[in-house]
Amino acid sequence: MTETLSFPQDRSCPYHPPTSYAPLRASGPLSHVALYDGRTIWAVTGHAEARALLIDQRLSSDRQNPAFPIPQARFEVARRLRTPLLGVDDPEHNTQRRMLIPSFSLKRTAALRPEIQRIVDELLDRMLAQGPPAELVTAFALPVPSMVICSLLGVPYADHEFFEERSRRILRGPTAEESEEARLALDEYLADLIARKEKDPGEGLLDELIAERLATGALEREELVRLAMILLVAGHETTANMISLGTFTLLEHPDQLAQLRADESLMPTAVEELLRFLSIADGMLRVATDDIEIAGRTIRAGDGVVFSTSLINRDEAAYPAPDELDVGRSARHHLAFGFGIHQCLGQNLARAEMEIALRSLFRRIPGLRLAVPAAEIPFKPGDTLQGMIELPLAW
Amino acid sequence: MRITINTGVCIGSGQCVLNAPSVFTQDDDGFSVVRPGREDGAGDPMVREAARACPVQAIEITED
Repeated sequence: MTETLSFPQDRSCPYHPPTSYAPLRASGPLSHVALYDGRTIWAVTGHAEARALLIDQRLSSDRQNPAFPIPQARFEVARRLRTPLLGVDDPEHNTQRRMLIPSFSLKRTAALRPEIQRIVDELLDRMLAQGPPAELVTAFALPVPSMVICSLLGVPYADHEFFEERSRRILRGPTAEESEEARLALDEYLADLIARKEKDPGEGLLDELIAERLATGALEREELVRLAMILLVAGHETTANMISLGTFTLLEHPDQLAQLRADESLMPTAVEELLRFLSIADGMLRVATDDIEIAGRTIRAGDGVVFSTSLINRDEAAYPAPDELDVGRSARHHLAFGFGIHQCLGQNLARAEMEIALRSLFRRIPGLRLAVPAAEIPFKPGDTLQGMIELPLAW
Repeated sequence: MRITINTGVCIGSGQCVLNAPSVFTQDDDGFSVVRPGREDGAGDPMVREAARACPVQAIEITED
């Protein structure tokens, strides 16, 4: 018996799954991995199996279940906090999600497009005036989604340095203490912001939730603060990583970029393919509450399960030549946003942001290139959302 | 073909609308509905893809 592979591991190329996951791919669709605390859990790598399991109600997201698998010491805190939306099951999850669905509808997202375009244009104007060179993460990839989510929620963008830094530490630590300290600071900031908004209402989603849910008693104060934190953190870190890593990946695939530049109508398809190919949130966790038979195996009640999105989205049975980036292919049914009741609430906002950001960036700067060799550009370790730490560009 | 949506489980992901916009749309609250008069799929070849894309499998297709 060989030693169980540890999960997660670092990528060796920012846009490919870790090469060390090769045995998982070979032994799929289900195998075993070991977490940092030595616990062995199931790893799902098959596309069909992932779809079936992610809609199975016998797999729970309840992080307060003592058997829930925790991937890093810094996330142990989730066991004693009730994380709204992603950390609870239905019916509680359903009640919370339904409060937010209208704000993330296709119509509301489409209505935000002119505002997103305005933000993107202003940032590119500034970047072009100040460069070359430019560092894309701070000049563009982070501020685009950060400004959009601030506008949507009603959070003052003037505070962006504070909440961006705290978000980064919550997700990356590096120590559990730093992560917890950052979480408490952001919690306090949002509680204070909500209290100020009660006296002096603005026009964002938080203001709506205060007026319609907090004031009526449908939502408790603590729950609203945690909900605000999830929306703020998930609303900017994820898309920022997709913009930085998406740009890097396209620059490293000049034939694909040329195809996209020659036919901009491919952009929505290209965004889906980048979502599939990059799978930046690699490792959705669940715990089984009952025995589940799948692919000839039995997941027992109490077993932990991790879904390796980067491998699921490169399942040969679902996508031909899965390791090739092909902006013209149909990447339909990828699981980059998850599947089942917890599928990303902001997915259509993220799509709009990525489309507008990438289209405008490559249209406005035809000579865009990496300012240093690709191998010298730092990217994120495997234990957090994947993306570029820095992206120095020239033109 | 007859298309029905279990609106009680819809999470408003909009996947059906993105796949088959001639048949599906979202109401003002962001929940999916079948466009009036299109309950038979109106011959749209993407209807089954739309049902498959639904993250909560809320779309049921029954054959006549």
